[in-house]
Amino acid sequence: MPKIKMPRSSPSLDMTPMVDLAFLLVTFFMLTTQFRADEPVIVDTPSSIALTKIPEADLITVIIDDKGKVFFNFDGKERRASVLQKMGTKYAVNFTPDQIYKFSILTSFGMPIQEMPKFLSLTQTEQKAYYQELEKAGRKGIPSDSLKNELKDWVFNARISNPKYRVAIKGDGKAKYPVVKQVISTLQDNKVNKFNFVTDMEAEP
Amino acid sequence: MAELNTDDGGGGGKHGGKVKAKKSSTKIDMTPMVDLAFLLLTFFMLTTTFSKPQAMEINMPVKDKVEDPPKIPGNQTLTLLLSDKNRIYYYMGADDPNLPPTVEYTTFANNGIRKLLIDKNKEINKTYDKVESLKKEFLDGKIDEKKYKVEKNKVVGDKKALIVLIKADEQSNYKNLVDILDEMSICNIGRYAIVDITTSETDMIKNVVVQ
Repeated sequence: MPKIKMPRSSPSLDMTPMVDLAFLLVTFFMLTTQFRADEPVIVDTPSSIALTKIPEADLITVIIDDKGKVFFNFDGKERRASVLQKMGTKYAVNFTPDQIYKFSILTSFGMPIQEMPKFLSLTQTEQKAYYQELEKAGRKGIPSDSLKNELKDWVFNARISNPKYRVAIKGDGKAKYPVVKQVISTLQDNKVNKFNFVTDMEAEP
Repeated sequence: MAELNTDDGGGGGKHGGKVKAKKSSTKIDMTPMVDLAFLLLTFFMLTTTFSKPQAMEINMPVKDKVEDPPKIPGNQTLTLLLSDKNRIYYYMGADDPNLPPTVEYTTFANNGIRKLLIDKNKEINKTYDKVESLKKEFLDGKIDEKKYKVEKNKVVGDKKALIVLIKADEQSNYKNLVDILDEMSICNIGRYAIVDITTSETDMIKNVVVQ
């Protein structure tokens, strides 16, 4: 009896569908991904069952970190430049055009306005070190107490530049209540009586 | 998965004579491309964040109003005092110096504050049950969303409904505040306000015997 010859099959297999799928997913993730902006503080927000989304544009964010330091952020490149100039005029701090440009592409910040020119002339890595320096000197965060309230002027000038701005408070769960109360009362002084608390999502019980 | 070269080296000596042109394979090695694709895929999958943060809407009263604060009927008012160690001290009625209210404390656990709020909200004007039945009707499709919202606002904003005053002290933190505001929406309480704590109330907290 003749032996039955098994056809020798090639060990390579067709990878085309897999590659198709891989590229499809790569394209999907590339298009949907949004990179988180580099923020000077990491904030762990509490969770709530609220379902409203925060608006993407026209938003002022007041960030309160776990130690109660206040940071500020608002969008719009041109608006940021004009707001910084107004703040500079008010507090008699001069900014060079280069510093103004750097401010307009910055995200959130938290320091007294006097520290601003020096901070803005630094590179990104140096800025991080500068925050640590400020923290040691106890000058990190925007002054927002009743004696010296720069936060009030930031909110005021930002809202003049764009009255459509909505205000969101993004606080760390560990921040003490008096700071939060101070921030809320500062907003109320600016006639912002409607604002949002940014929270994480949580399922309804 | 590298392609293995399976052909045996072209025209051997057997046939002799004719020189056959080596037939090159039409397949190209896709391995590096696939490696790269998966590397990118992993990178984007890990860096992407889908869940956008949620926002909780807060309305505060206009600050510099000179008119007197509205008189609140004591028997439907629950005052919550947020303090340290995530404790909530609470009392019903007004803080009358002649007739000090009994203050007790609870926690943020499910059978703590939530049970208390739901019980109170059932007891006073049956708001909780009314909202729950409305919600059921809405989920069953008997009423549409617009009507549900209108009816719900009517029920929770009723003059006879429970009023909750939220007062946080120096020791409480932001999480406590957000949690208690969240409980308000969970327990269908529509009439609540964030108010400053008074000195008599901070004394109350001190005087409560902690077991």
